Amino acid sequence: MKLPAFDYACPETLDEATALLAEAGGDAKVIAGGQSLLPFMAFRLAAPSLLVDLRKIAGLDGIEVADGEIRLGAMVRWRDILDSAALARALPLLPAAIGHVAHYQIRNRGTLGGSLAHADPASEFPCIAVLCGASVDVVGAGGHRTIPADELIAGPMETTLEDDEIIVAVRFPRWPEGRRWAFDEFALRHGDLAIAAVAAAYDMDGPHIAHARVAVMGATDTPQRVPPAEDALNGRAPDDDTFGAAAAAASAAIEPTEDLHAGAAYRRALVGTLLRRALAESCAREREAAE
Amino acid sequence: MEITLTVNGRAQALELDPRTTLLDALRDHLQLTGTKKGCDHGQCGACTILLNGRRINACLTLAAMHEADEIATIEGLAPPDDPGALQAAFLHHDGFQCGYCTPGQIVSATGMLEEARAGWPSHVSPNLEAEVALDRSEVAERMSGNLCRCAAYTGIVEAILETAEQERDVEPREAAE
Repeated sequence: MKLPAFDYACPETLDEATALLAEAGGDAKVIAGGQSLLPFMAFRLAAPSLLVDLRKIAGLDGIEVADGEIRLGAMVRWRDILDSAALARALPLLPAAIGHVAHYQIRNRGTLGGSLAHADPASEFPCIAVLCGASVDVVGAGGHRTIPADELIAGPMETTLEDDEIIVAVRFPRWPEGRRWAFDEFALRHGDLAIAAVAAAYDMDGPHIAHARVAVMGATDTPQRVPPAEDALNGRAPDDDTFGAAAAAASAAIEPTEDLHAGAAYRRALVGTLLRRALAESCAREREAAE
Repeated sequence: MEITLTVNGRAQALELDPRTTLLDALRDHLQLTGTKKGCDHGQCGACTILLNGRRINACLTLAAMHEADEIATIEGLAPPDDPGALQAAFLHHDGFQCGYCTPGQIVSATGMLEEARAGWPSHVSPNLEAEVALDRSEVAERMSGNLCRCAAYTGIVEAILETAEQERDVEPREAAE
C-alpha cells in the first residue's frame, strides 16, 4: 500500500459533501475519477486526511448542448466527451483537444471537474475552458458561485477554490456558425503530458479574421490566452504571413517554463511552430469541408 | 472498512483499509493474480480490468469506490482450458514474450473491441461519425495504454485484428440499412 492513510466518505448529496469538506478545513480532497489524485498521493505529493467521493451525488454528469450554451457536468468523463456527436458538432475544438489526454483506460475514468480542480498546466481541458471563456459553477457550504475559467486557475496545481467548494459544472458559450478552430500539441509520446500545446478559435468577417482567441498550455505555468497573438490575427487575411506573425507574437509574449523535458528557449520556439501549423490546419479543414 | 466487490459475477465481502487500490484488492485479498501490477501509476496498462464493461487501470482507483460496479478480470473472460477467441489468437500469433503484460493486453483488447463495436472513434479515425474500421494504425492507437517491454506488438496487433475480422464474419453488419 503506497498511499498515505486517509478516511473515505461517499456522501449522497452536495450539502453533505461540502459539510464534510468544511469540517476537514482544507485537509480533505474531493475524488472523482482519481486519475491525477491517486498518482499524486502515491508519490506523496498529496496526503489528504479524508477523501470525499462524488460518485453517489446525482446531477453531476450529463452533456447538454442548448441554444445559448453547452453545459458539461463535472463528472463528465473524457470518454463521454469523445463519444458525443452533439459536442463534436457544437464545439469540435474540445474533442480534438481531449484526444490528446492520456490513454483509453484513463479516458474511461478521468473527469473534467477533476482536471480543472487539479489545474495541471499541461492539461488540455483547462486550456480549452480558458480559451473559450467558459464559466465554472461551484458549490460550497455557504452557497454557490460562478467563476470564469481563467480566474479559477491560479497557478500550477493551484486554483481559487475554497476548501469546501466542489466544481459541479462547466458552461461554454455556444459558437457562432462557421467559427474556425485550431489545436496542436507536442508531447514525447502521444498521450504523455504536453511539453507545449496551442489552441485557437476565430471567426471570418468577410475576408478578414475577427474575434481571434489564442491560448497556450504546457509551455507556461498556467493555461493562458496570448493577446499579442490575437492582435496579430484580427483584421487580417488568414494566410501564411498572418499566421507567421501570430506565431512570432505568441513566441515572444509567453514566459516559458523549464523542466527536465525542455528548456525555455525550446518551448518558446515550439509554441510558435505549433501555432503556425495549427492555424494553417484550421484553413485546410475549411477547404476540405467546402469540397 | 467493509466493502463488497462483485468480481467476475461473484459478490464477495472484504474488510479493507480505505487506501487499498482495486488492484491490490484483486491480487492480495481475492487472490486474482492474473491482473498484473506493472508501474502502479497508470502508465503501463498491465492492470487493465473491465469496470461495467469499460476498460480501466485497476491501480488508479480505490476498491472502496466500486461497491456498486461489475468488475471483470482476465480470470473472468474464459477458463484456461477453453480460451476465448482473443486468447487463442494471442497464442496463434505469439502475442507475447515474457507474458507479464498479456492479461492487461487481452482485457484491454476485449474492452477496445467493444468500444469499436459501439462506434467510438479514436484519435486516428478519419471520420468521427462513420462506422469504425479497425486496421493496424487504429489498433495501435486504441491499445496505446498497454505497454509491452518485450515489444511483442507485432503479434499483439495481428491477434487483435484477426479476432476483429472473425467477429465481423460471424456477425455481418446489416449493409442494407
